[in-house]
Amino acid sequence: MAQEIDRRFDAVIVGAGQAGAACAIALRQNGFAGSLLLIGDEPELPYERPPLSKEYLAGDKSFDRLLIRPEAFWAEREVDFLLGTRVIAVDASAHSVNTDGGATIGYGQLVWATGGAPRKLICDGHHLSGVHGVRSRADVDRMIEELSDTERVVVIGGGYIGLEAAAVLSKLGKQIVLLEAADRVLSRVAGEELSRFFEGEHRAHGVNIRLNAVVSCIEGEDRVSGVRLADGEVLPADMVIVGIGILPAVEPLLAAGAQGGNGVAVDAQCSTSLPDIYAIGDCALHANAFADGQMIRLESVQNANDQAGVAAKAITGSGDEYAAVPWFWSNQYDLKLQTVGLSTGYDATVLRGDPATRSFSVIYLREGRVIALDCVNRIKDYVQGRKLVVEGARIDPALLADADTPLKELPLLG
Amino acid sequence: MPRLNVVTREGAETQVEGTTGHSVMEIIRDNGFDELLALCGGCCSCATCHVHVDPDYIGKLPKMSADEDDLLDSSEHRSEYSRLSCQIPFGPELDGLRVRIAPED
Repeated sequence: MAQEIDRRFDAVIVGAGQAGAACAIALRQNGFAGSLLLIGDEPELPYERPPLSKEYLAGDKSFDRLLIRPEAFWAEREVDFLLGTRVIAVDASAHSVNTDGGATIGYGQLVWATGGAPRKLICDGHHLSGVHGVRSRADVDRMIEELSDTERVVVIGGGYIGLEAAAVLSKLGKQIVLLEAADRVLSRVAGEELSRFFEGEHRAHGVNIRLNAVVSCIEGEDRVSGVRLADGEVLPADMVIVGIGILPAVEPLLAAGAQGGNGVAVDAQCSTSLPDIYAIGDCALHANAFADGQMIRLESVQNANDQAGVAAKAITGSGDEYAAVPWFWSNQYDLKLQTVGLSTGYDATVLRGDPATRSFSVIYLREGRVIALDCVNRIKDYVQGRKLVVEGARIDPALLADADTPLKELPLLG
Repeated sequence: MPRLNVVTREGAETQVEGTTGHSVMEIIRDNGFDELLALCGGCCSCATCHVHVDPDYIGKLPKMSADEDDLLDSSEHRSEYSRLSCQIPFGPELDGLRVRIAPED
């Protein structure tokens, strides 16, 4: 059923996070002269999310310093915004989207950059006040408001978000229990050496890390009072932070017929299976050369920014293929973790340096080739390791383990 | 407010005013220059805010940390005047500072 179109733009970007903002900037840089609209479901102009679980939660950085660009920049580049608005349906043949505000907006090209919503607990009590996800400014503002009345925090999920939040809150003097369902933290993204190191660091800072923990329910009347584990133990809590991943926000596109599942499938130009519709960032399911060509989603600033550039070039006709090296960082306490490459599918690891010195790297190999490095307080390895990842270098593991010899000086095996 | 002179990759120079206490990266970003990616937001975890500092000012800047030094090694455009602009706090003592946005890597 054709609907009357209220407004039409040459390009509409749905999602005003890192990917959406970067795509708008890249479109203008590449000479896109048409009308351009960014639709975001949050009230704020595009801002950086990584500091939410770090400097912003800690109170070290004010919100205005997280803005990707100031308001005047967007006005000057003639980028329009529709904020506090969600796209609920896409009509690919009519080239229009419907918003939750009841508007129908036409597009020439559509870029889907919606990221994801925090995965929620499904157990009893998940809706109680004092239970927080960590994705948006509003999430973290709610946490900050409650902090003065909070002594005991249970963090559910030992991924980067949960660990970063635990680091900040323990520094603020809160008592933290961190629950991880697997037998080690960071199990989805890193090898055991790194997991054990971070567990040790958090424990040394007073965080009670509980592995193999199964949450049964959240207890409380209106407000959370504790977390009940499957074995019946109740951990008292004034606040619960849930960091158990995100679900890609792709239902409207899939409903419109786009291929995908866990995300929207895109090709090397970030095109979806629907005409004139691109997808980028956390929600884009793409064949990644650094994951052995497997279809994956990457939740990172790097991926958001680089895919934004690829989509912008596709739209402006200058053409490019997504082949960027994945990189990522996490700051916890005084530790700087930097990752290059993707460790998924590794069959061996090499420990380079002694974790007890708090400066070491874990090098991941697949069939003898370097596929990724996790570097803790060792930026030199991160910088020099990038080349090894790009080239899929084969190097004697005994040499890789020698922390005193720079990676760039190591001889390649045939 | 102290002034910062920013030269784009194309060579266009603009003078802007900078907030004391903000980094040079933030001042460049917040004044509408779109070439500076500054992807890590200023936590010294990438090298996407690389600038070349005018030789007259390079000696007035705070000393480079080992982290910054290592990150700059990732750029093919490193020179003796290279700095990561997120690591330069701006203030009156740097009034008139001139930086050029380094070529993209």
